[in-house]
Amino acid sequence: MLVTRTVAANGPESWVWWDWVGRHGDDIAAALREHVELTAVAVGIGLAISMPLAVACYRWRRLYAPVLAVTGVIYTIPSLALFVMLIPWTGLSRTTAQIGLVGYTLLILVRNTVTGLDAVPAEVREAARGMGFSPTRQLLRVELPLAVPSIVAGVRIATVTTIGLVTVTALIGQGGLGALILDGLTRFFRTPVVVGAVLSVALALVADLALVLVQWVVTPWSRKSLR
Amino acid sequence: MVTEVVAMSFLGDVVGWFTTGAHWTGDSGVPNRVWEHVWISGVSVIIALLIALPLGLALGHLGRGGFLAVNVSNVGRAIPSFGLLVLSVQAFGIGSTPAYIALVALAVPPIVTNSYVGVREVDSDVREAARGMGMSGTQMLVRVETPMALPLVMAGVRTAAVQVVATATLAALVGSGGLGRYIVLGLATQDRVETFAGGILVALLAMLTEVVLGLVERRVTPSGIGDGAALPLAPAMPATFPGV
Repeated sequence: MLVTRTVAANGPESWVWWDWVGRHGDDIAAALREHVELTAVAVGIGLAISMPLAVACYRWRRLYAPVLAVTGVIYTIPSLALFVMLIPWTGLSRTTAQIGLVGYTLLILVRNTVTGLDAVPAEVREAARGMGFSPTRQLLRVELPLAVPSIVAGVRIATVTTIGLVTVTALIGQGGLGALILDGLTRFFRTPVVVGAVLSVALALVADLALVLVQWVVTPWSRKSLR
Repeated sequence: MVTEVVAMSFLGDVVGWFTTGAHWTGDSGVPNRVWEHVWISGVSVIIALLIALPLGLALGHLGRGGFLAVNVSNVGRAIPSFGLLVLSVQAFGIGSTPAYIALVALAVPPIVTNSYVGVREVDSDVREAARGMGMSGTQMLVRVETPMALPLVMAGVRTAAVQVVATATLAALVGSGGLGRYIVLGLATQDRVETFAGGILVALLAMLTEVVLGLVERRVTPSGIGDGAALPLAPAMPATFPGV
């Protein structure tokens, strides 16, 4: 027994059984693709909701506290609880997963955008007004561009967080890489769990680096101040 | 119209679940499940505090390992708690031990980061004054730096606790008790009412944790520092996590 273990160094009992990984390359790629899609759609819709919401909070200050309170409550609800509370309405579907995932991005994105807009120096704003910019033009051409670093910082946190949360959606029949983890749990088979978890962490790191790059590209004026 | 009726009767069923006496007694009753959940979470956070607090405070006092102390929570954010939990089970077997190990591992990073940042944030004038009063390094850490770091430490504990309460729900999947049982069993038996009731209970417990620890945080924040205004200005943004 002991001898066979040592000889068959890599097998179903190992943390990563390479043979299994080799035979399931397609499944793993499909899980990874689904993971990326769920994340990208969640952050995309999250941005589409948060941007106007943040601008509204910036213009009409009284909105900000209630918006933070509502998005904060959503943020505090444990993901599994939020997903299962959506099931009666949207079923065990991708929509359910997607609604929940979008919900978690809102607090971070709204807060970072408003913080970024608030940080625009008053002189810059006055200069824009002095040049005859309308409020809308000032927002689009001056204030939002200057808030980009703070917005991107929010997108980075939201993306990395969402990538982790996607794994939980395996419990409602979705999950991307989380489905591999769940599969490994139900069969007590380590390899898919390790593959799912490691790829999820790797995806988070790659996405984070990619977003740093995006910021570098879209804010040429702040390159010198980048570390 | 039809869906509205269905939704109403569903919510009626959920109210029915909560008003059924049998759901309030015994091992699988709500009070016992709440107690299990609070116990698992509380023990995990306390063990994490015993590990993370001395580490973070000492690193902050010595001004060493800052890169590690700050980035441990960034890396922690990227690690899926579900994956960590399942890996822990496969390493240490089924039962409550692997759940505790995973929960402690999740709670350590935000507390380390925040206690490190809390100590580093102490004004150098304050430090010099303490030294001028003849305090030794240890005295300064215990009597000056730690009390001043307390609000940020508590913010870290709150973040960690909310995340632990959330992940303890998932621990029901691997044989641990707590409110996650209702969700896991409900999903397995396609009992949407029980699943939903479990979701409500978990959400309420997480929010209660957030509110209670938020009050404690405010209590230990000296007046003058203000409404957490110091937090966003911290050089390393204090760790925040969603319920996972």
